[in-house]
Amino acid sequence: MTTEIVIQTIVSGLLMGAIYALVASGLTLIFGLMEIVNFAHGEFLMIAMYTAFWSYVLVGLDPLFSLPFVMLVLFALGAATYYGIIRNILHASVLVQITATFGLAVFLRSLAQFLWTPDFRSIEDPIVEGRIAIADVFLGLPQIVASVGCILAFAALYWFVNRTETGLALQATAQDKEAASLMGIHTDRMYALGWGVGSACVGVAGCLIANYYYIFPEVGLTFALLAFVAVAMGGFGSLVGALLAGILIGLVEALGGLFAPVPAYKYVIIFLLYLGIVLVRPLGMFGRY
Amino acid sequence: MTATEVKTGRFGCGVESEALERARAEPLYPPWTRAQWITAAVVAASVLLYPAVFTQPYMRHIMVMVFIYGLMAQGWNVLAGYCGQISLGHAFFFGIGAYSAAYLFTHHGITPWAGMGVGVVFSVIAAALIGFPTFRLRGHYFAIATLVIGETAHIVFLNWETVGAATGLWIPVERDAPLRDMQFHESKAPNYYIGLAFLTLATAIVYKLERSKIGFYLRAVREDPEAAQSLGVDVTRCKMIAIMISAALTSVAGTLYAQYTLIIDPETVLPLLLSILVVLMTMLGGLGTLWGPIIGAAVLVPLSEATRVWVGGTGGAEDLMIYGALITIIAVCYPSGLIGLGRRLLEGRR
Repeated sequence: MTTEIVIQTIVSGLLMGAIYALVASGLTLIFGLMEIVNFAHGEFLMIAMYTAFWSYVLVGLDPLFSLPFVMLVLFALGAATYYGIIRNILHASVLVQITATFGLAVFLRSLAQFLWTPDFRSIEDPIVEGRIAIADVFLGLPQIVASVGCILAFAALYWFVNRTETGLALQATAQDKEAASLMGIHTDRMYALGWGVGSACVGVAGCLIANYYYIFPEVGLTFALLAFVAVAMGGFGSLVGALLAGILIGLVEALGGLFAPVPAYKYVIIFLLYLGIVLVRPLGMFGRY
Repeated sequence: MTATEVKTGRFGCGVESEALERARAEPLYPPWTRAQWITAAVVAASVLLYPAVFTQPYMRHIMVMVFIYGLMAQGWNVLAGYCGQISLGHAFFFGIGAYSAAYLFTHHGITPWAGMGVGVVFSVIAAALIGFPTFRLRGHYFAIATLVIGETAHIVFLNWETVGAATGLWIPVERDAPLRDMQFHESKAPNYYIGLAFLTLATAIVYKLERSKIGFYLRAVREDPEAAQSLGVDVTRCKMIAIMISAALTSVAGTLYAQYTLIIDPETVLPLLLSILVVLMTMLGGLGTLWGPIIGAAVLVPLSEATRVWVGGTGGAEDLMIYGALITIIAVCYPSGLIGLGRRLLEGRR
């Protein structure tokens, strides 16, 4: 095994990690706002990928250009989920919330299979394709674009949450709903906004990976599972935690696939790493409460 | 009430004696009314006579699955419903029960009844090993940790050659001693009665647990761990007892499943979907109630069969679509489950 292969693996892992980080950020944003884990998050990603795919096939819009549209669709999906389902179970028990979002996940997955069959699809001829070589390390261009796009989206999300007035209102709602509404913040609308923005994050990730990833109804499962782990590892509600944990998971996944005796054990390594971290820090790396 | 009466209370404290008297007048678990006895007798009789009336294998098959899933849900309910610890990895214990019996019979010819015992021992040990570190985690952190442990087991079994890896275990067909080998090829009636017997046993165990001191401790831990601890309840010990009972019951369900289908692989006995399925069943019936898991299984298993038979089979997953939508609707509209709904209807009538 040469050094090039290891470096190649590390870089690929980092690229994948950026995508996990953005998917996890959406999840953790919603959780930080109202302590609800969206078990349909992976299915949202799947919907984003299909939206990008159909925009390409039907309208001829490359994923690079359909990105705003996909974000909008996912924002609407998130907000609709909030108004249709989540608003009714805000004060219900954790199990009710798990059940409701899990039912939504099953529904969306089956709907995709019903409408678009379980076939694997891919975008045939996107604008971004091919690979580049830096020294002896080869990198797929779509992967680079997707990861850079995800990092930019994360930066935008971070700026939005911490630097804009709406973002601060979002944080105020997360901290104390009653006090926030006394300050004139429309908390209900903030919750819907949180769901919209959190879902738009998977919209960006889904649209950009549609460039090179296979698209099928169950594509969200692995992403969602790793996003749950990333969110718990980083600390529920922490954006920075989700970023670091996402990148760490991408890295461990790539290296684990290279070194583990059975490639599938890369997930076992990630899970053990996660268990190790929460045993030392029960609230994850950056858990707030 | 006069001042002297207050002082003559059993503990010399008026409030407490009043509470005691009220408790004696209105016990938490009142004896059954005549209507309840009649209902119980009718249910018991119809369940016992079911195989005599429905002789088609398919109708019996549905009930066998209701018993097996009901047993698993009953086990999950002990940990999540009574003790408040949400496990999303219970398929692990189900898998241990299924694999222990199937492996010992396939490779060593040991009777599945012994295999069931071995499975229970293994899953109780596994429960202790899982509980010891993870019970420090709260709420969602515990749920995700158990989900991750379940998925880890899934991946390990998928790649573990000794237990057949992804192919799983095919239990050899034996016809000499059906009862000893726990496999019945003539009829599904024995499976039916074995499933019924174990579900009844599990329900009896949970019934005793619910009314015992430890049962009250578990619910105290669920409602408020800090308050329970401050009153002298050993919170970790309570959670440990709950997860061990829970794992043992789930493991027995796994063994019954393996001996019923005679073929197991990681995709059928260890998937995340199975862990979630028991959650849905218990939620649907009524979380933290004795009959909730059974009612949930009795509704959900035929429902999924019905949607599969009526609208499924086209490859379009319409059955799962209806199933998913129903789950969401039930969770949003009837969060206390069918038992809660029934109680509300009864109270409304009164």
